[in-house]
Amino acid sequence: MAKTKFSKETYLMWYEQMLLMRKFEERAGQLYIQQKIRGFCHLYIGQEAIAAGAMSTIKADDNIITAYRDHVHPFIKGVEPKYVMAELYGKFTGVSKGKGGSMHMFSQPHRVFGGHGIVGGQIPLGAGIAFAEKYKGTNNVTLCYMGDGAVRQGALHEAFNMAMLWKLPVVFIIENNNYAMGTSVERTSNVVELYTLGESYDMPAAPVDAMSVEAVHDAMEIAVAHCRDGKGPYLLEMKTYRYRGHSMSDPAKYRTKEEVEEYKSQDPIQRVLTTLLEKKYATEAQIETINDKVNLIVDESVTFSEESPFPDASELYKDVYAQEDYPFIRE
Amino acid sequence: MRTIQFREALREALSEEMRRDPNVFLMGEEVAEYNGAYKVSHGMLDEFGDKRVIDTPIAELGFAGIGVGAAMNGLRPVIEFMTFNFSLVAIDQVINSAAKMLSMSGGQYKIPMVFRGPTASAGQLGAQHSQAFENWYANTPGLKVIVPSNPYDAKGLLKAAIRDDDPVIFMESEQMYGDKGEVPDGEYLLPIGVADVKRKGTHVTIVSFGKIMKACFAAADELAKEGIEAEIVDLRTVRPIDYATVIESVKKTNRLVVVEEAWPLASISTEITYMVQKNAFDYLDAPIRRITTADVPLAYAPTLVEEFMPNAAKIIKVVKEVMYK
Ligand SMILES: Cc1ncc(C[n+]2csc(CCOP(=O)(O)OP(=O)(O)O)c2C)c(N)n1
Ligand SMILES: [Mg+2]
Repeated sequence: MAKTKFSKETYLMWYEQMLLMRKFEERAGQLYIQQKIRGFCHLYIGQEAIAAGAMSTIKADDNIITAYRDHVHPFIKGVEPKYVMAELYGKFTGVSKGKGGSMHMFSQPHRVFGGHGIVGGQIPLGAGIAFAEKYKGTNNVTLCYMGDGAVRQGALHEAFNMAMLWKLPVVFIIENNNYAMGTSVERTSNVVELYTLGESYDMPAAPVDAMSVEAVHDAMEIAVAHCRDGKGPYLLEMKTYRYRGHSMSDPAKYRTKEEVEEYKSQDPIQRVLTTLLEKKYATEAQIETINDKVNLIVDESVTFSEESPFPDASELYKDVYAQEDYPFIRE
Repeated sequence: MRTIQFREALREALSEEMRRDPNVFLMGEEVAEYNGAYKVSHGMLDEFGDKRVIDTPIAELGFAGIGVGAAMNGLRPVIEFMTFNFSLVAIDQVINSAAKMLSMSGGQYKIPMVFRGPTASAGQLGAQHSQAFENWYANTPGLKVIVPSNPYDAKGLLKAAIRDDDPVIFMESEQMYGDKGEVPDGEYLLPIGVADVKRKGTHVTIVSFGKIMKACFAAADELAKEGIEAEIVDLRTVRPIDYATVIESVKKTNRLVVVEEAWPLASISTEITYMVQKNAFDYLDAPIRRITTADVPLAYAPTLVEEFMPNAAKIIKVVKEVMYK
């Protein structure tokens, strides 16, 4: 086995965090079937290395914004899973008071700028968050996530151009799981190497094997340092895969079993587990302890959500305007 | 008569028109290989091929504009928005191009096209996926706006929309696609801009359109048990609006309640109310009332969805108020 520059602690952190994301999402899927979670529900299963590899490269004041596949991104910034689960339940204790739901996870104290439902809508927002950091003279970096489908939106091109023109400290991160609902990347453009989309704007960019958390970490480290040094934006194309359908209601008939199995055989969590055991960074017993801990966190997130109240009807007219006595039309 | 689903009625309309006119084509996200996000276009790729049933990237502004350009140059595009929430990304091409073209070209460039897809809420989908823009589009001269409430109307009106030489906004609902209704075997068209009295009654007129008509029917059934006979007028088209049918009904019942799944300010109900008070003031025995959604973005939690939406109970309460019961 090749030598690695990462510490035992880093591997243990990655393992625990990715397992937590996986177990959390598996439970969310079950709860959706039980109709505890409603609406649309997009799971991150298979893509965990992208989030975990970011955790080891950013600091507390950095910002995150993403699309609607957003249950685990708040974890990157330290949001406790139970508050995300409660949001999925639509409970008042959720990160967005039960008002956002699956697609709209926000946590201002953690600098989580939301899950956004309109494909590509978050791309200019991410540039804007970075604009504010530059304006204020900080060296905070903004991570702006998007899917492979989102890169076909015009908003991306306008935002990329201005982000480069004004050297905004934003890492644009494409989570390329090869499908936008049922449409494969090849069916959306002649340009299928998505990192090359930065070229027209001279934006530095790189493709990343995002089934490897080490590779994600390495790429993120370079991109984040570039931004932090005031050199402007950076584009990363994370080549990943979602094991499940687009949302809970997608049977995913547009791809073969073999294709799914091929990616599962490179499972990022399994790979870290193998490293942990082969390098004797952890014993089977220690792994069991982590597994139990993760299961407990997920169980507790469900209990917390079950026991939490829905927002009261009186919440209807709250949080719509900053102005507290805004005169709504009420009949 | 046979009964078919709303989505099947739409599919029949699309397919019949595509068989009839080779210049009609369908374009949008997931319409072809995936057979439609909501299965409206199921099987159409097989029949018409990928020249005429066309999958797009997620690029609404681009493909809406490509549709308008194609219409300027002799084709009759049907552009599907996966939902009308996403039409906001494309609205510049709808309002600034499609709706203006004939006028600013001095009558030279017609835009015979349809923009269609589901509108309004569909359960707990959160603020960005639950919006009703019927009144936004209806506000724009140059567009026609159709919002059918059952499979029969949907088929006849979609066929009319495709044959119409003006740009038509055609709004459906995720919560209607599975609804079944009677649809005759043969071909038929329904006129754009003509309302339909869906239920006869003498005590009160309820005006509505689209999916929320279901709540009106439920309310009318309950009211009938208490001896209140509501007449239900389905606008079917919100631009142009068939004011005459509404006013005629109000002259008979002397009471009007408008039900609309939309925010209240500058809504279709506002418009109906103005025209009725102007043209039938002396016939009214009670103030015109309306039931809209709450004046807020729709939140995810079920408790807030319940508060937000018009429903049968709310309609019954307001009808009784205008009846002074
Ligand atoms: C502007 C817009 N158009 C269409 C949709 C419907 N939609 C939701 S997700 C999606 C696919 C997006 O795929 P991708 O960007 O690859 O992200 P992934 O789901 O794979 O994470 C589509 C078409 C939307 N939400 N917004
Ligand atoms: Mg994708």
